[in-house]
Amino acid sequence: MATTNEYTPSTTTGRLANFVDSRVGASGMVKEFGRKIFPDHWSFMFGEVALYTFVLLLLSGTFLTFFFDPSMTHVTYNGSYVPLKGIGMSAAMASTMDISFDVRGGLFMRQVHHWSALLFVASLSVHMLRVFFTGAFRRPRELNWVVGGVLLIMGLAAGFTGYSLPDDLLSGNGLRIIDGVMKALPIVGTYLSMFFFGGEFPGVHVIPRLYSLHIMIVPAVIILLLVIHLFMVVTHKHTQYPGPGRTNDNVVGFPVGPVYAAKAGGFFFIVFGIVAFISGLFQINPIWNYGPYDPSPVSAGTQPDWYIGFVDGALRLMPGYLGNFSFEWIIPFPWGDNTLVLSVLLPALVPAGVLFMVMFAWPWIERWVTKDNREHHLLDRPRNAPFRTAMGAAGVVFYCVMWAAASSDLIATHFHVALNDVTYWLRILFFLGPIFAFWITRRICLSLQRKDREIVLHGREAGIIQMSPEGGFSEKHEEVDVYKRFLLTSYNDNKYIPAQPDAAGHVSGSEKRRAALSKFFFEDRVAPVTPSELEAAHAAHGHHEVEGEKQDSIEK
Amino acid sequence: MGDHSHGSPEESGTVAKADDVAQDRFPDPGLPPHRPRLADRDPRAAKRHERQVALLFTISIIGTLFFFVAYFVLGHLGEMTFAELRVQNAALGLGTAFAMLGIGVGIVHWAKTLMPDHELVEQRHEISSEKDRQDAVDIIDTVIEETGIKRRPLIRNTLIGAIALAPIPAIFMFRDLDRTGKTAHQMIEQMRHTLWDTGVRLTRDPSGTPIKASDVQLGSAFHVIPEGLENAENMLNEKAKAVVLLMRMDPQEMNISAGREDWHVDGIVAYSKICTHVGCPIALYEQHTHHLLCPCHQSTFDLANECKVIFGPAGHALPQLPITVDADGYLVAQSDFHEPVGPSYWERG
Repeated sequence: MATTNEYTPSTTTGRLANFVDSRVGASGMVKEFGRKIFPDHWSFMFGEVALYTFVLLLLSGTFLTFFFDPSMTHVTYNGSYVPLKGIGMSAAMASTMDISFDVRGGLFMRQVHHWSALLFVASLSVHMLRVFFTGAFRRPRELNWVVGGVLLIMGLAAGFTGYSLPDDLLSGNGLRIIDGVMKALPIVGTYLSMFFFGGEFPGVHVIPRLYSLHIMIVPAVIILLLVIHLFMVVTHKHTQYPGPGRTNDNVVGFPVGPVYAAKAGGFFFIVFGIVAFISGLFQINPIWNYGPYDPSPVSAGTQPDWYIGFVDGALRLMPGYLGNFSFEWIIPFPWGDNTLVLSVLLPALVPAGVLFMVMFAWPWIERWVTKDNREHHLLDRPRNAPFRTAMGAAGVVFYCVMWAAASSDLIATHFHVALNDVTYWLRILFFLGPIFAFWITRRICLSLQRKDREIVLHGREAGIIQMSPEGGFSEKHEEVDVYKRFLLTSYNDNKYIPAQPDAAGHVSGSEKRRAALSKFFFEDRVAPVTPSELEAAHAAHGHHEVEGEKQDSIEK
Repeated sequence: MGDHSHGSPEESGTVAKADDVAQDRFPDPGLPPHRPRLADRDPRAAKRHERQVALLFTISIIGTLFFFVAYFVLGHLGEMTFAELRVQNAALGLGTAFAMLGIGVGIVHWAKTLMPDHELVEQRHEISSEKDRQDAVDIIDTVIEETGIKRRPLIRNTLIGAIALAPIPAIFMFRDLDRTGKTAHQMIEQMRHTLWDTGVRLTRDPSGTPIKASDVQLGSAFHVIPEGLENAENMLNEKAKAVVLLMRMDPQEMNISAGREDWHVDGIVAYSKICTHVGCPIALYEQHTHHLLCPCHQSTFDLANECKVIFGPAGHALPQLPITVDADGYLVAQSDFHEPVGPSYWERG
């Protein structure tokens, strides 16, 4: 063997492996991945949910393409659903009706597809929130954060293009709104709308166009980005939560084979099972209740799919007039008057634009303010990065106010308040909500950090009340073990870095702005307990298990 | 800083100063000791877990069989009632759910109870070493050097020019996405016009029956389409522009601006139903406040004030359709709308 350098297998597995490996060289892969360590935490699951719902989308979507006719040709419905018999509609709508009523299991597959789509975007969003709040986007993962953000946008694109395909009344009104927003774009808007609809709205071209985007371009881009995303996860190795034994240089967790593969693989079936359960029992998008698209009727209280809600809500919040000031500007040009439709442009583009810009730029903003360019493989507990957690909370509130505004009419009818008042309050919250969220969240984080200090210095409350000989009551405190103490004291606390002069001794304007931001973020901070502090605390108490300052002082 | 800290914040270390030394930290005690699970110590517990996993897989098998029952027994070819369909859909869902959850929960339970739960430690490696990076830079430099692109700016500049121009035809290829075959000017002109014209009767949507002025009671509202809409070439396109709301209110309560005095018939007025915000149909008319409300984004228009915007995001009033009565007493349009209907756009002016 040593001379021929030939590996002689002795087991069945060995012979199979030998056959494959000597042809495709898979042993390197097995060596790399077979026992690769993945850290385990429940919050790492959201990305998996996104991946698995995407697989479900591909499976159920492929089934639907076999029966769906993406055409706006006018047909008369003659399927099994009696109330719509004899009604004129597009072939797209009619074939969606057939999928629902005349293909066995078709309705189930449609519902699996729709519920998976809702869950896909939801899990992408929650996954990104997890990454943000734990600081997992820091070097070396900034680019993967950006890829994730683009994946989220592509998820929205996939959702929207698919939502419109059945050509029912509800989705047609959605397209109508898109048409209105497109037309508001200065100079190019009208042309874009004409190109998109193949002429005037609604035309007979838009459904097949959305279909090729929905089943080809968008999923292809998602798959490409997904591969890049996972490739980078492997390159970087997964982040892990801080704790005893976990350092910036190691990965503590379970090996892929067998534990992690079993858990992650089993989890796919769990996600599938839950989606199937929901799709079997909860109706979604009952197009037979809405009827085919017609530009004249609309039903009150209709909602877009949840992930479009924040843009729709922003459209609702914008006032067309402030007093007598109109947000539709008519600009006189030498060739005639042109209209700048700020009442649509501002809400449709600015809030979503700000949200995504800050989101994409955040890793670099944080790096610039903290001057921290180190690699970070240990996550932050959100309380230990109060500035970031507060910024995230402000963003979430900003998003949720717009999202709530998309249901302003339902809020008004359910809680019996005036619709106009709901809108006025949400307009105020749109501006003040994020500020309050920032301030309150930072205070909560700092308080939690102080609580951690308290636990390390004085131990945790044991739940045992002791009575002193003098009759005073006090609670017994138990000192935390070394593992917990390390977790509570090992965080990376950012400090305010004043403006630094450059090599020439000059403090640049941007450095001054950075210092101002640094001061704003880090002026209030809570440092971790140090061993010397703990010693001092012990010495101050005599017997450190009981916190008895007050009793002592009474005694004296 | 709360009353729990010792002394003032300055001396407690609660607020650390910038020059604090980071070295004063607790040492890492290493991974906590591994605590064996019940199944690690007790073979009977392990056997019990084994049976539980097998039971979960059996549930999956039953779920799959139930799916077939739902597919072939509850479902059948030919017309199904809606109730039958609901039952079948629920049964298919439950069958699939149990088939999948049985496998999934079974595997996870297996992994958590019977597979090793020792956490392992692996070292991270540099993404790439300094040397590799330097080698890569050297290779790229060599490649660029060998092309000679830096020394031959003529080649470089013409190449940049060619590459910049080459994709432009691909963009122009999309010009015919617009299938009307009309020029931009013609299309803009077309957007300004609807099927309404002098003498076109106002008819009910969707029946198409004409409306007599005497049919329209005080406080009533009609959804209106122009006569002959069903024969139009692009029916939906025309309908999307031409739909109208017809209402009647006391002429004394209406503020009518100059030039519009004869656009109504005894308080019967017609306004475009397409919202001037982003084009939803304005379906809600509140009779006692004479307000029109768009259900999509809640733009509110005041009928007594020529449908001016009183709330919400719409940027201008609803266009009014001038109407009159013909010799037979039917309501007809005097002309087309005097301004484009629907959402605003750049060329609207």
